[in-house]
Amino acid sequence: MSVPADLNIDRIANLARIALTPEEKEKFSAQLADVLTNIEKLREVDVTGVEPTAHAFPIYNVWAEDVAQPGLSVEDALRNAPVQRDNMIVVPKVVD
Amino acid sequence: MNGSAVADPLASNLVSEGRPCHFPDPSRGFKCALGRDLPDNGVVSASPALVLILFPFSPVPDVPLHFQSVSELAALLEAKTITSVELTQAVIARTQAVEERIKAFNSYDAADALAQAAASDARRAAGQALGPLDGIPIGIKDVIAVTGQPLTASSKMLANFVSPYDATVTQKLKKAGAVVWGRLNLDEFAMGSSTENSAFHTTRNPYNLDCVPGGSSGGSAAALAAGEAIATLGSDTGGSIRQPAALCNVVGLKPTYGLVSRYGLIAFASSLDQIGPFTRTVEDAAITLQAIAGHDERDSTSVKIEIPDYRTALKTKKGPWRLGIPKEYFGEGLDPEVASAVEKAISYYEKLGCEIKNVSLPHTEYGVGVYYIIATAECSSNLSRYDGIRYGHRTADAKDIVDLYFKSRAEGFGPEVKRRIILGTYVLSSGYYDAYYLRAQKVRTLIRQDFLNAYNEVDAIITPTTPTPAFKRGAKADPLAMYLCDVYTIGANLAGLPGISVPCGFSSGGLPIGMQLIGQPFMEADLLAIANAYDSAHNWGRRTPEL
Repeated sequence: MSVPADLNIDRIANLARIALTPEEKEKFSAQLADVLTNIEKLREVDVTGVEPTAHAFPIYNVWAEDVAQPGLSVEDALRNAPVQRDNMIVVPKVVD
Repeated sequence: MNGSAVADPLASNLVSEGRPCHFPDPSRGFKCALGRDLPDNGVVSASPALVLILFPFSPVPDVPLHFQSVSELAALLEAKTITSVELTQAVIARTQAVEERIKAFNSYDAADALAQAAASDARRAAGQALGPLDGIPIGIKDVIAVTGQPLTASSKMLANFVSPYDATVTQKLKKAGAVVWGRLNLDEFAMGSSTENSAFHTTRNPYNLDCVPGGSSGGSAAALAAGEAIATLGSDTGGSIRQPAALCNVVGLKPTYGLVSRYGLIAFASSLDQIGPFTRTVEDAAITLQAIAGHDERDSTSVKIEIPDYRTALKTKKGPWRLGIPKEYFGEGLDPEVASAVEKAISYYEKLGCEIKNVSLPHTEYGVGVYYIIATAECSSNLSRYDGIRYGHRTADAKDIVDLYFKSRAEGFGPEVKRRIILGTYVLSSGYYDAYYLRAQKVRTLIRQDFLNAYNEVDAIITPTTPTPAFKRGAKADPLAMYLCDVYTIGANLAGLPGISVPCGFSSGGLPIGMQLIGQPFMEADLLAIANAYDSAHNWGRRTPEL
């Protein structure tokens, strides 16, 4: 199965913020081309005048009282942080 | 065809504690637990004497505790014949005996389970038992949060994550007194149909260790089938409860979208995900659903409706029902043995006086395509939270913050997750959104409409749950082939409908077969009653694998 010309795997991987190896790029391109070819079938369907469904049972305007609820303690909130110091999450320098 | 006690698979199960069961021979008569005869299986009648010998008291006495149903064990606990500690010890011992072969769990905490069991026994001794789940060990798929326990999604990304809070369903199970037991394996982030995508290990099918248990909730199905839990919870986005249930000979229920809170469920595709139970009987599914259903203000898609008494509905709703058979689900690709088992089940309903009607769901063939656009689009958005900053895997060598995102995600996610994020990102990207995502949402409307049209004529729809019985590990290396496994289950997710897989026989190779019933929105009481009419008369789910 050939890769569609418009499936630019570098562009997509960049948007998805995932570093792919050259092997992954090649493999995924071919596999996704297969899947996309299967998906092409959807073009047969006449969708004129059909509303899109985002949720089977849409619920709108869910309101809650504006009252503080108990949350996680600092210790619990930071328990899974990869690196922490002084009740903060440590990250690489963002601005020079 | 005389259904004699010796030839009866359930009977041998009853008399051989510790060496449970055999594969049933579908050509042979089979007596259900109540001793009723099964006309479609050729059993002419049940002798009262035989019933007396096999069932001197209720519930069934000689099935090992780890293979009994929730309803049976609830009665034993209530009668103080057993304690929750004894039951939990039996489940732990069984797990220790078979887990090396099944690999259903990512982890379990026996001490914690026994402490919960002791608390249950103390409640009961004080006359404060909480209901039928009090003291019953229930296994949890490793995408549902339990305070203080690991929550990994079977991903390297969350390999060291410990949950700081309970999912709503976990809270509800605890409130019902259940012993929250173990973290069950799955395809990474619930993406897959075999558990082969787990970053840790592949779970085995208890009926054939060379075969997959299905997925993504393969650990939940296999653990229950192997006697390592009394019931389990899973999640279902495109069939991830029903498909493994069918492949492992257990009941699996995906409720209507919005009936069960998703709070504390690791999100895959938020408009499709729903939590539901795996059980040995439909009655157990009703009991478990009762505990977890209901509105939750922490899930904004949770629906405010009155929750009926599902277990009572099994008795009060008697049919006869109008049942639809969609021709699109019985065509090319369907294994003949699966077709024949499901057709037998349909003819049983006919004998019960149900009206069997042919219906059409004309957009069925587009289901897989629609699903793989919508589910991957939603997953690419949901999984953007795994950036290596606040929790989850962080790369050890990042040049700067952006490099940290790229490398953490590259190292933390497995191939199937990456593939789906890439596909989802593509279908949402500028220039392709209308062609793929918007079109898929419109076809989703048509698929939903197909079902609603059918429900003008029928109360529920019967289909096979899967095109084939369990396949061998490694047999579907091609992602598209794996995606097509979900062809019969995806429709219920896209349309938001409740679906249940009920065991309905075995292949000649001894592999389980499941029948799917798809019901109307929020009418689980009816769906369960219809499913129970078959299940309580056949009890295929009470067969146990030889391990």
